[in-house]
Amino acid sequence: MAHHEHTADHAHHDDKPQGITRWLTTTNHKDIGTMYLVFSLAMFLIGGLFAMVIRAELFQPGLQFVDPGFFNQMTTMHALVMVFGAVMPATVGLANWMIPMQIGAPDMALPRMNLFSFWLLFFAFMLLLSTLFLPGGAPASGWTLYPPLVLQTGNAFPVAVFAIHLMGASSIMGSINVIVTIMNMRAPGMSLLKMPLFSWSWLITAYLLIAVMPVLAGGVTMLLTDHFFATSFFNPAGGGDPVLFQHVFWFFGHPEVYIMILPAFGIVSEILQTFSRKPIFGYEAMVYAIASIAFLSFIVWAHHMFTVGMPLAGQMFFTLSTMLIAIPTGVKVFNWTATMWRGSISFEPPMLFAIAFLFLFTIGGFSGLMLAIAPADFQYHDTYFVVAHFHYVLVPGAVFAIMAAVYYWLPKWTGHMYDMKLANFHFWMSTIFVNVLFFPQHFLGLAGMPRRIPDYATQFADWNMVSSIGGFGFGLSQLLFVYIIIKAARGGQKATAEVWDNPPGLEWTVPSPAPYHTFDTAPEVK
Amino acid sequence: MTSKQQRKRDNLGLAGRLLLMVAGSFAFGYALVPLYDVFCEVTGIGSRERLLQAATVGVAGPDMNRSIVVEFVSSTPGSGEWEFHPNVGSMEVHPGKLYEATFHARNLSGHAIVGQAVPSISPGRAARYFQKTECFCFTPQPFAEGEVKEMPVRFIVDRELPASVDRLTLSYSFFDTARLAQQSPGNNS
Repeated sequence: MAHHEHTADHAHHDDKPQGITRWLTTTNHKDIGTMYLVFSLAMFLIGGLFAMVIRAELFQPGLQFVDPGFFNQMTTMHALVMVFGAVMPATVGLANWMIPMQIGAPDMALPRMNLFSFWLLFFAFMLLLSTLFLPGGAPASGWTLYPPLVLQTGNAFPVAVFAIHLMGASSIMGSINVIVTIMNMRAPGMSLLKMPLFSWSWLITAYLLIAVMPVLAGGVTMLLTDHFFATSFFNPAGGGDPVLFQHVFWFFGHPEVYIMILPAFGIVSEILQTFSRKPIFGYEAMVYAIASIAFLSFIVWAHHMFTVGMPLAGQMFFTLSTMLIAIPTGVKVFNWTATMWRGSISFEPPMLFAIAFLFLFTIGGFSGLMLAIAPADFQYHDTYFVVAHFHYVLVPGAVFAIMAAVYYWLPKWTGHMYDMKLANFHFWMSTIFVNVLFFPQHFLGLAGMPRRIPDYATQFADWNMVSSIGGFGFGLSQLLFVYIIIKAARGGQKATAEVWDNPPGLEWTVPSPAPYHTFDTAPEVK
Repeated sequence: MTSKQQRKRDNLGLAGRLLLMVAGSFAFGYALVPLYDVFCEVTGIGSRERLLQAATVGVAGPDMNRSIVVEFVSSTPGSGEWEFHPNVGSMEVHPGKLYEATFHARNLSGHAIVGQAVPSISPGRAARYFQKTECFCFTPQPFAEGEVKEMPVRFIVDRELPASVDRLTLSYSFFDTARLAQQSPGNNS
């Protein structure tokens, strides 16, 4: 085991409990980061398995494998697991590993809370996954949990709500930790506007999280009291309004999508600099763009619910404010392109993923603009066009950025270079299949195929079959990803401290693998 | 050492302030409930008031100073199977008052049959002000061979009916549902 050898090398300041106790009791930011990342990979596979069930059922029209109730459980659980279990914990894991090293801090500011938030998340997901085995099955209302449908959930209902509370508490504690670390623990000379963009993106993400996670917690608590304690927040018979839930949910839900994508922006900014061998173009513009996106994310939520019967003024406001987001996002895309412009580019796996991110995320951004147009949204609403849109921004968007980050920092974590050939192969398989998987869903949606339906009219059969083939291919390709990571963790060519060609950032000044304790004495930043 | 303690105190202080923000956000989530109502009330957005008005149409009482002519029209598309016509050609009504009109129907087809009436109001912009409280068009109407029915429709013309409208036409098309099902394009394939 790599860790053991490495312990021997640095025994004088690497005293840590061995075996399982180390992982249960560690307060080290690198260990906790690793646990988050491994957890997120496991959830990515479980959530992926749910997606395979969905695509298998949709391979052909008619009901083949699962009954409609279970199909709905699969769509719901796939979303909850991927959003809260795979993407968010992966970025938290990256934050744990990289932020202290990027800003020259010895550890996270509140290490015990850090460990607590990981285990809360772990148990939240054990609870959520256990609902699959409860009478009545897992929640099947869609991850948006709209009442009154969600109130028909069986025994899983209170369990799922409690799981959401726990994962919310976990994210909030993680965010507080990130903010305190960045505000109080930066090395001398590391002013905020010298900070690497990954840390910047996480600082803003963390503020988003503490602003909106409690609102979701409030919303699901209202559902809980409506169900068990006869309150009427969303019950018209008692003076409530189910539309109110949609407002509460999307007030959380829209910032949530930026919570998933902003760290990806940070990652891509880091990687494009390294492999273009140029500093980022327009650093300050990048920071302000992230901040503007974060601000705008609070005033656009109702574009998810144009069809509830909103007055014209509301539709116009939410259409226009949503379109405004294209401006800072455009600034980012142009700056990334300008960073590559006349750079001395090389195409290592992280760079490939980052470039794919740039192209494919932008496709998702454009379909988002189409959805922002209220009158057009009446046609697209709840169709596969929406599914195609958000999967484009989340899979070749957020997930590709996370994979890019893993390929970028894996040698720093394990001390070994990974198998570049396999990683390139993994990249091409993923990129080709992800497009085969999601691009046809645009056509299906425009032709009117509704989402969250296990059966469909025969005119949709061809593209669904293509999409399913893409899905199976993409799913299988990810096993390669797991293999590459395990292989690199177990051994391989020794990585140098710099790993890449003169990459920017303090994390590359420490040896690979990064010693258990880094920057016990703060580095001097010029 | 003191700087380390100082940093610890700073960290806990900032964490505490952030926790207050969290509490604030949680409270804001609940504050959205009354805010939602207030927002709807102040801006007139949201349908609560409109729904309430619809419910009180009858309660507000009739407007005796205004009369509207309501004409009744019937048609039986594509068949000689029915006798179907209104018992009166038109009525003069006061907005806000409940009236009843009846339609006469007889099955001429020589076998049992189920009819469905489809209503239409013109001018179209007046349609939302014409409230039917009961109508034979709400349900399919079964007829035995040769059966005769007098079918009622009860209605209120809303007091909010624009002043420019003084004449409404209520027309019914009466269909044979079995034949309609055969003819509908969905069943052609």
